[in-house]
Amino acid sequence: MREQRYHQIKAVMARLRLDCAARLVVLVDKDGQQIAVHGELGELDTTSLASLVAGNVAATGGMAKLIGEREFPTLSHEGERESIHISVIGRVLLVVVFDDRSSLGLVKLRSKQISQELAAAFAEIERDSESATGTDALPFDEITDEEIDSLFSQT
Amino acid sequence: MTFINYASREINCKIVYYGPGLCGKTTNLQYIYDSTATQAKGKLISLATESDRTLFFDFMPLELGTVRGFKTRFHLYTVPGQVFYEASRKLILKGVDGVVFVADSQEERMDANLESLHNLEENLRSYSYDLMKIPYVLQLNKRDLPNVIPTSDLTVELQRKGEPVIEAIASSGQGVFDTLKAVAKQVLTELRKS
Repeated sequence: MREQRYHQIKAVMARLRLDCAARLVVLVDKDGQQIAVHGELGELDTTSLASLVAGNVAATGGMAKLIGEREFPTLSHEGERESIHISVIGRVLLVVVFDDRSSLGLVKLRSKQISQELAAAFAEIERDSESATGTDALPFDEITDEEIDSLFSQT
Repeated sequence: MTFINYASREINCKIVYYGPGLCGKTTNLQYIYDSTATQAKGKLISLATESDRTLFFDFMPLELGTVRGFKTRFHLYTVPGQVFYEASRKLILKGVDGVVFVADSQEERMDANLESLHNLEENLRSYSYDLMKIPYVLQLNKRDLPNVIPTSDLTVELQRKGEPVIEAIASSGQGVFDTLKAVAKQVLTELRKS
């Protein structure tokens, strides 16, 4: 994902966070990798959150198939103080963490409203990566065995 | 699929430890976790049953350092080994960049190894991955136990494509980092090819 698209997506996330008074908005891909995060991070381990969200969506997706659904497009978990709402947008998961400053209804509504915008942005990212040419080569084309080895000596 | 974020200059790769029940997948991860510096690792998450058997997965992120200005992070997962957790095992393989097959060297576990390896090939195929093409390492674990099959015999039975074969005693850490290094190296070499 390129710089410009990243900032575009971060701006959408910032707007969503403001509109639904959320604590935190996270974008995760279905494989469990965190794409972007916006909001009050505090001590929250967002890498683990990303992995568990993807696992959660995969597991409920499995349940959906068992009862004849393709997938469940949204999931929500309500806690005593903090809650999580997850929307499935293609291969990307939009995660909103919120507390009693907001409500599930509002988060659902705003997430749905913004889903199309995010879907369009990710479609463009996909197009970007398909049209990437030789001049846009990856920085790893020239990676050497020594460089790979040195990664392990750093740990 | 390796996720490269150019904006935050990060590469994230997913490595899955596969193998039959009680072969030592979680023990591999636990050893890596215990012997890695705090700043290089996140939490080790274990979704286990009350009797400590992996139910869904174990997960730990591991930061290896930077290469060409990109922070390299490996996400290590284990799958539940027991046969009846098939659904969750398959889910974890989604988007995998490299696989470590942890074989139990004990004679009585040979059938379980073969069954699990076959299951791995099938589950990879369901995501259109080919074991022959993805970064892959075979670890022969529990070499310290008395009733183990000789390495050469295990290699003949379990090696699929000339992948690195590493002897290990995961409980004491022997071979654990060699295994991780062998698979990580293949994953990074794949990036060069792509």
